[in-house]
Amino acid sequence: MASLDRVKVLVLGDSGVGKSSLVHLLCQNQVLGNPSWTVGCSVDVRVHDYKEGTPEEKTYYIELWDVGGSVGSASSVKSTRAVFYNSVNGIIFVHDLTNKKSSQNLRRWSLEALNRDLVPTGVLVTNGDYDQEQFADNQIPLLVIGTKLDQIHETKRHEVLTRTAFLAEDFNPEEINLVIEKRYFLREGNQIPGFPDRKRFGAGTLKSLHYD
Amino acid sequence: MSFLIDSSIMITSQILFFGFGWLFFMRQLFKDYEIRQYVVQVIFSVTFAFSCTMFELIIFEILGVLNSSSRYFHWKMNLCVILLILVFMVPFYIGYFIVSNIRLLHKQRLLFSCLLWLTFMYFFWKLGDPFPILSPKHGILSIEQLISRVGVIGVTLMALLSGFGAVNCPYTYMSYFLRNVTDTDILALERRLLQTMDMIISKKKRMAMARRTMFQKGEVHNKPSGFWGMIKSVTTSASGSENLTLIQQEVDALEELSRQLFLETADLYATKERIEYSKTFKGKYFNFLGYFFSIYCVWKIFMATINIVFDRVGKTDPVTRGIEITVNYLGIQFDVKFWSQHISFILVGIIIVTSIRGLLITLTKFFYAISSSKSSNVIVLLLAQIMSHFWINSFDLQGMYFVSSVLLIRMSMPLEYRTIITEVLGELQFNFYHRWFDVIFLVSALSSILFLYLAHKQAPEKQMAP
Repeated sequence: MASLDRVKVLVLGDSGVGKSSLVHLLCQNQVLGNPSWTVGCSVDVRVHDYKEGTPEEKTYYIELWDVGGSVGSASSVKSTRAVFYNSVNGIIFVHDLTNKKSSQNLRRWSLEALNRDLVPTGVLVTNGDYDQEQFADNQIPLLVIGTKLDQIHETKRHEVLTRTAFLAEDFNPEEINLVIEKRYFLREGNQIPGFPDRKRFGAGTLKSLHYD
Repeated sequence: MSFLIDSSIMITSQILFFGFGWLFFMRQLFKDYEIRQYVVQVIFSVTFAFSCTMFELIIFEILGVLNSSSRYFHWKMNLCVILLILVFMVPFYIGYFIVSNIRLLHKQRLLFSCLLWLTFMYFFWKLGDPFPILSPKHGILSIEQLISRVGVIGVTLMALLSGFGAVNCPYTYMSYFLRNVTDTDILALERRLLQTMDMIISKKKRMAMARRTMFQKGEVHNKPSGFWGMIKSVTTSASGSENLTLIQQEVDALEELSRQLFLETADLYATKERIEYSKTFKGKYFNFLGYFFSIYCVWKIFMATINIVFDRVGKTDPVTRGIEITVNYLGIQFDVKFWSQHISFILVGIIIVTSIRGLLITLTKFFYAISSSKSSNVIVLLLAQIMSHFWINSFDLQGMYFVSSVLLIRMSMPLEYRTIITEVLGELQFNFYHRWFDVIFLVSALSSILFLYLAHKQAPEKQMAP
């Protein structure tokens, strides 16, 4: 496969937020029946027709790399994970809407993933503290997804969604609040309120996410 | 009046320990996860506080601080509370959380958790039968019964952990066991890992494309219905879905391989870090300690074997014997009794502290390894159980340790000391506990030696395979 067709997207987030379920849903169009703990990295592929219906239609394979683990892992595990972060075209950050810590940890995830990709331009990393300016010249598209909306009681949903909106502002990503239906509730697909369309001119690779 | 002062001292220290347990819980254990129900944190801190208080009471006993009647009262009270929490509350909560994780029983979770708790109590009671710990003098629900059962479980746990720790500690700290890892090894493994991922991706691409063409041709949703449909499905769909299952199997095998490679690479990175660490001063210091501890551990295993083979219960502690031997050899006028008591006290304190620290660190590592937000409640409660078992039995054993060593050295101390312990605990068969501890300790040490040996041998072989 020529490298032009290849689009690599990382899916990052804490343990148990639903990354594997999300990836399975996107690629197989089915709900994952028996989610188990991901060791290392699991990849899945989605075939996507970019600009469908237009004369410039092109078929891409979007590779979703679902990297397992937590931010508190031993440094040996972090160094091993770092091998997956090379030449990434986009990152999806997943957090659990029922678990506040997972959204706070997204910042540490972004530091871990993005500091690999930044060409050394003298950016100083101040031992894990979040600095918004580091991401000012970041070229990689980011997407933040919140899962398990159905497990939050109706009355608390508004509060949870405003909290995540503040989180999203720091990143400047597009945001989606996703419902991953567990099999004992409904077997239907998912309800996605919005949907982003992104283009990136940096390396000449075009990509857009589209849900049917 | 003195009773009030003593009680206030005890209560202050209890509150301090409670706060410490709370902080430890928040900072160390649950750094990355959110606790939904605070009841778990409260139980953990309370258990921790009472366990620490008991240990404090031992120290007060030895040093002779506080009034003896108030000490006695506090012993009894602490014991009651801890037993209450351990035997009644914690199992109930563990059962409750396990049941609430299973969705099927969500509606009647209280009922099911009560059932689970009753089963636990039944087995807990049955535990007492094969062991010679029942004495007909005491009633059913007396403290002695509960303590004896808790004692059995706790001694087993402690012996298992110390057996493993006795072998693991020198293995971890001594650089003799470190394999030589170079950067090229790590790079080679990483390359293999990425190659495997690429192979998985290309196979999945084929599968996705095949599925897409099948979908477009309308084959996938065509379930063979009726006689004619069955015949059709035999001839046409054979090529499509069979291919897919074959590729799926290959993908499964490759994914397993990628997991193995990932774990091996992480292992290599960890070894490399340890090698670098051992070159620093701290590393060298720990290396030296490792040699020292390994000798001590070997001695302990040896003593355990001798105790079992020659059917005797350990009476003297090593420090006293060592000092006696050296003093007799060197012929120096040395107040053996005075110094040996203090030295053995200090040494035992160090051993307790380091083994607790090692235990907590191992538990935290274990906790990270298997953590996810669903099971975190259960794990914390289990931790609370383990910790309190550990404390209660360390008190038990240390009490015996001190009694036997002090008895031999100082004639004045043992009588008061012994009476307090026998009064509080009743007539337990302490000899039995020693024997049981030795057996389990030996078994656990030997099996962990075997386990570590296998793991050590297996690793370099894997690396050499192309």
